[in-house]
Amino acid sequence: MQNTSDVVESLRLTNLPIGADARVVSVNGEGRVIRRLLEMGLIPGVSVKVIKTAPFGDPIEVRVRGYSLAMRKNEADSIEVSI
Amino acid sequence: MDTTSAKPGIKHHLTIALAGNPNAGKTTLFNSLTGLKQKVANYPGVTVERKQGAWQLNGSAATLIDLPGLYSLDATSMDEQIARDVITGKISGVEKPDAIIAVVDATNLERNLYLVTQLFEFGVPVVVALTMIDAFEKQKHEIDITKFSELLGVPVVAVNAKSGRGRDELSKKIHTVIARQPKIPYELNGASENGGPHGKIFARYNFISNVVQESVKHNDRHEHKVSEKIDRVLTHKIFGLVILIGVLLFVFQTIFSWASLPMDLLDQGFGAIGDFVRSEMPPGILTDLIVDGIIAGVGGVLVFLPQILLLFLFISLLEDTGYMARAAFLMDKLMSRVGLHGKAFLPLMSSFACAIPGIMATRTIENRRDRFATILIAPFMSCSARLPVYTLMIAAFFVGQTVFGFISMAAVLMLSMYALGMLVAVAVAFILKRTILKAPPPPFIMELPPYRVPNFRTVFQNMLTRAWLFVKRAGTVILTISIILWALMYFPRSGQLPVASGQATAASEVETRPVGSVSTTEVQTESEQLKHSFAGKLGHAIEPVIKPLGFDWKVGVALIASFAAREVLVSTLSIIYNVGKDENEQSQTLISAIKDAKTDDGAPAWTPLKALTLMVFFVLAMQCMSTLAIVRRETNSWRWPIFMTAYMTGLAYVAALLTYQGGTLLGFQ
Repeated sequence: MQNTSDVVESLRLTNLPIGADARVVSVNGEGRVIRRLLEMGLIPGVSVKVIKTAPFGDPIEVRVRGYSLAMRKNEADSIEVSI
Repeated sequence: MDTTSAKPGIKHHLTIALAGNPNAGKTTLFNSLTGLKQKVANYPGVTVERKQGAWQLNGSAATLIDLPGLYSLDATSMDEQIARDVITGKISGVEKPDAIIAVVDATNLERNLYLVTQLFEFGVPVVVALTMIDAFEKQKHEIDITKFSELLGVPVVAVNAKSGRGRDELSKKIHTVIARQPKIPYELNGASENGGPHGKIFARYNFISNVVQESVKHNDRHEHKVSEKIDRVLTHKIFGLVILIGVLLFVFQTIFSWASLPMDLLDQGFGAIGDFVRSEMPPGILTDLIVDGIIAGVGGVLVFLPQILLLFLFISLLEDTGYMARAAFLMDKLMSRVGLHGKAFLPLMSSFACAIPGIMATRTIENRRDRFATILIAPFMSCSARLPVYTLMIAAFFVGQTVFGFISMAAVLMLSMYALGMLVAVAVAFILKRTILKAPPPPFIMELPPYRVPNFRTVFQNMLTRAWLFVKRAGTVILTISIILWALMYFPRSGQLPVASGQATAASEVETRPVGSVSTTEVQTESEQLKHSFAGKLGHAIEPVIKPLGFDWKVGVALIASFAAREVLVSTLSIIYNVGKDENEQSQTLISAIKDAKTDDGAPAWTPLKALTLMVFFVLAMQCMSTLAIVRRETNSWRWPIFMTAYMTGLAYVAALLTYQGGTLLGFQ
């Protein structure tokens, strides 16, 4: 049997269930896109929540620091979160 | 002696810059501080808007610069680069600002403060203007402004552009900060070593979190309730798309029904001005140039102004309410399939009314390659100037016909033309993004701002500014091309033209014609002149090229003339078929003239297949000097508009060739 209670489960923002409260663990990668994500306030420790997915499955809407940010799954994939 | 100007350290004329995130209420504050005393231009060499106004600051005049909306000053986009250069005084002709008003949205404090921390690091005096304070208080949050200001180390003023709250205090605070070197209220040194490459970003946000934690009390954690509720419908998987289509239909319906009256009036107005000038001036080349070249040419473009204004109005409204971002969110997946950004969707939709506002609206797309790809395909959307061409051809050859016995042929053709334009646009975008505008898929990181009731003054001012920019920017090019096209059709003068047989002259002498109508002789003279003009010769010259499309030289002349604007085809055909230039696309005289027209060897000049070929050509060809002019301005080089004209005309030719030759092979006529 798996015991998940004492292990902090780490997953990508892309796979975070809609509506679940989570915290950013790390933003991985380099370059302009990563920089922009950080500048928009997605730095380690901040709480995030996925609000919804767009009609055709991409992009997703994320709530961070009290505002809504849309990003493609491609971008969300570089953000590691924990519930 | 003038003592005031001799005082050391205090300048007489101040330069203040407004900096802030997009959607923070910067433009509204700018408008309320400057009133109507503002100028809009571009920064040298780029298409970043340079907005400047005069502000009365405690009695002394100041220049207020409205910087483009930005999230950061790290110079990754053109807007950020320009803003940075303005702040550091690197742009010639723009004074280094004495102070900066940082516009901060109280309902979105943390992210808005990020830019403020960067301003601190530039060492410019800063005053924070806190906007949206009413909405903030309505959400039952509390902010201790004194403490907030203390922690930030700069003055903070709560403002409301509508009520004028904070306006006087803002100018007082500006005077207190000027010429004072601000301190960075947090530790930056070592941040880059300890926190990796992004250490500075972490240091800024850590500082911000502390400031907000200590000065703001959130009493209600469900802050964006209203917007979230609206979004439950507007970005819903099914309703969201249905509503988006509904919004677009409403916009188009309104544009076409509201614009038709002012367009008719403008058309008549330019006609009346032309008639007046002709009656007041001695006949001759100069009068003809002014009346037929300048007034008719420029008038032909300005007639579209009501439509363009309305489209700008709707774009501004959609932007300011926050819906524009939702449309991009909904459509991004589809747009990204062809390599475009979600933000390209609305500019492309606008182009169905007119490509000009559409092309100007692409400015919100940050990536240059994505933006250019969008600009290059925007004119494929069938705009309203194509309608007269489609209508004329359908009225002449396809009216009353049905497909499968019950669907109107006219409707099928109309729809096919729109569909053809869209299909080609998608294909071209796909190819462009893999060749000359090759780039990795653009990132899509976009704020979905809370829904807001737009400030009507801002929207209205926005609409006027953009329309004026169009007139100013396109004006010279449109004027030049109008004059060139006029000259092509006017010269050489063939002196007394061999008009009319004796019979016709006799007929026109006894004719009692109604006031305002044109005599047969006059119409024939006009037609003869056109045939012998340079344009007529050019028509003959391109005949071998357009013959495979089924067109004779007369159509060639009309194609050349309609480069000014697509609907000019109708009036040129009227002149060339001797029915007078004032006929419109529903005129029975013109329709029967087209049906009866013969080529020089006596065959019918037009067949249903040829009409269809012409329509296909018009879907794809770049027959619009205003678009050309605006693309030149928006891309800042002649290379793109020339490329655009070449490839669109090439595509139009090939498609028309396939239609005509294919149709002939299949036995159609």
